[in-house]
Amino acid sequence: MAEVKKLNVPEKITDDKLIDLYKQMWQIRFFDEKVDEFFAKGMIHGTTHLAVGQEASAAGVCALLDVEDKITSTHRGHGHCIAKGATADRMMAELFGRTTGYCKGKGGSMHIADVDMGNLGANGIVAGGIPLAVGSALTAQMKKKDYVTVCFFGDGASNEGSFHEAVNLASIWKLPVIFVCENNQYGMSGPVTEMVNVENIATRSEAYGIPGVVADGNDIVEMMNVTDEAVQRARNGEGPTLIEAKTYRWKGHSKSDAKKYRTREEEKEWRQKDPIKRFKEVLVEAGLLTEEKAEEIRLEVKKEIEDAVKFAEESPMPTADDLLTDVYA
Amino acid sequence: MREITYLEAVREAMSQEMRKNDDVYILGEDIGVYGGAFGVTRGMIEEFGPERVRNTPISESGIAGAAVGSALTGMRPILELQFSDFITIAMDQMVNQAAKIRYMYGGKGKVPMVLRTPSGSGTGAAAQHSQSLEAWVTHIPGLKVVQPSTAYDAKGLLKAAMDDDNPVIFYEHKLLYKTSSDVPEEQYSLPLGKADVKREGSDVTIVATAIMVHRAQEAAEELEKEGISVEVIDPRTLVPLDEETIVKSVSKTGRVVVVHEAVKRGGYGGEIASMIAESEAFDYLDAPIKRLGGAPSPIPYNPELEKSHVPQVPDIIQAVKETLNKA
Repeated sequence: MAEVKKLNVPEKITDDKLIDLYKQMWQIRFFDEKVDEFFAKGMIHGTTHLAVGQEASAAGVCALLDVEDKITSTHRGHGHCIAKGATADRMMAELFGRTTGYCKGKGGSMHIADVDMGNLGANGIVAGGIPLAVGSALTAQMKKKDYVTVCFFGDGASNEGSFHEAVNLASIWKLPVIFVCENNQYGMSGPVTEMVNVENIATRSEAYGIPGVVADGNDIVEMMNVTDEAVQRARNGEGPTLIEAKTYRWKGHSKSDAKKYRTREEEKEWRQKDPIKRFKEVLVEAGLLTEEKAEEIRLEVKKEIEDAVKFAEESPMPTADDLLTDVYA
Repeated sequence: MREITYLEAVREAMSQEMRKNDDVYILGEDIGVYGGAFGVTRGMIEEFGPERVRNTPISESGIAGAAVGSALTGMRPILELQFSDFITIAMDQMVNQAAKIRYMYGGKGKVPMVLRTPSGSGTGAAAQHSQSLEAWVTHIPGLKVVQPSTAYDAKGLLKAAMDDDNPVIFYEHKLLYKTSSDVPEEQYSLPLGKADVKREGSDVTIVATAIMVHRAQEAAEELEKEGISVEVIDPRTLVPLDEETIVKSVSKTGRVVVVHEAVKRGGYGGEIASMIAESEAFDYLDAPIKRLGGAPSPIPYNPELEKSHVPQVPDIIQAVKETLNKA
């Protein structure tokens, strides 16, 4: 094996963790690609939003979090879920509407949550989770707990009033929350260049007196480094940070999207910036991974996702008796 | 027993609970040294400090969401909205988040919070500060809805709401804040989903909410002079609704008037009326169910117009007589 080069990553991130993260990025990609396939075949009903191409921000941000730390997620949330420790089998079971799913088949793609693992839930309402994250951070502050809350949202959500209200609240109360805007260039069909009149959404932080950082959302190493700084600020009681991860969703907005609002050339350009491929190159270059090992990992994950599908397919459906349970605590 | 006002009863319920339970805190606009738009939280910041009597920016969506998020992670917030009309701005957080989280997550997680807010007209505050929008939230599975009409009920129901592990919308009526009744000093809880028979009678049942409970009682006194015996039922909580007490009363009297201040069209009175019509009480009805509610217009500013928007005592008397064919 070649000499191992020290990568410029946060102290907390060990070499083993780097390999885990590489694997996790494939888990996110293969999970969503499998879901895409099932929707195309009409095997799952409802709708879904895929984060293929955005794996680095979910994996990179959550790499810095512990189990006690919390996240809130979005409609495009499968990746966040996996990165925060959810397993593919129970997630797939949820999409199949089975009782073994994270929400017993009652939530579906847009509402996967795993409160015990600190995942306070995906959200079908654009920006809906942002005030929730602030509330979670308020609990940490009031109960003097050490956890931080990461709030994922998209470029589209940064135009919602609740984004502005929530960031202001977090700022005046110096709450331990990290706002992560995954700017994937489109809010459904609306290009960010037409919907936002600033070059970087991160600059919106200035209006609320908190730091704003622009990061390459397709570079997991950079995502880990900016997150590390924001997490430390939060844990030290210095308040929130707004991180903007510039990225791109390879697939359409949801399952039915002819992608008329963007060009195939643009899609091709972004595919060149494949976050998984880039990370592999970094790891190989550093001597932490070989091409052979990388391929082994990829195939291993592929099998894992097939197993998850099998688990989902074999799991029981809810019955009519389940309809009215869990409406109230 | 001592007498205190409805406003004092609400404050006392919160203060007593906050002394006992560190997880309970209150947040809202101008609830600090100002004491809240109606003075309900006056003196509380002095006792509990700014951490637990948390003065917020004017951001109803943000503070409602912060309440939901903190409830989901272990606190038991009380959110004060200055006027119930402003729930429009907090609606996503209450309807799409608070009400649905437990169900969407397959029974994991809970949102134990109380949203307290004053509703109702009669203060000259006009169209955007006078509405009674409680029917909106009764429509949402996952929320509970409380509407106390007396100081005694307010204190006991608020205790139950704070103890509940679900999001509860607690409507206080502005004109009732200054009304008084006998209220025990110690904490007590009145169960959500239990109606109160405010007055017993045998000829006609009036189901009334909030300030209409008082108007119905006044009407009943007048009617008694004419030999008409009226039973007044206050559901106290709209969700859950104590159907049994209402059905039992209507089965006894055979006549019913449902009255609330909210606009009649789409109001909760329609729900109560249909519930009665679908129940065994239907067989006992001797007259059509009568509904009284607000006029189908925004609340006007002019005091006479404002008054004419909502049912008054003579309207209730008239309605009762109509069910008796004595109008």
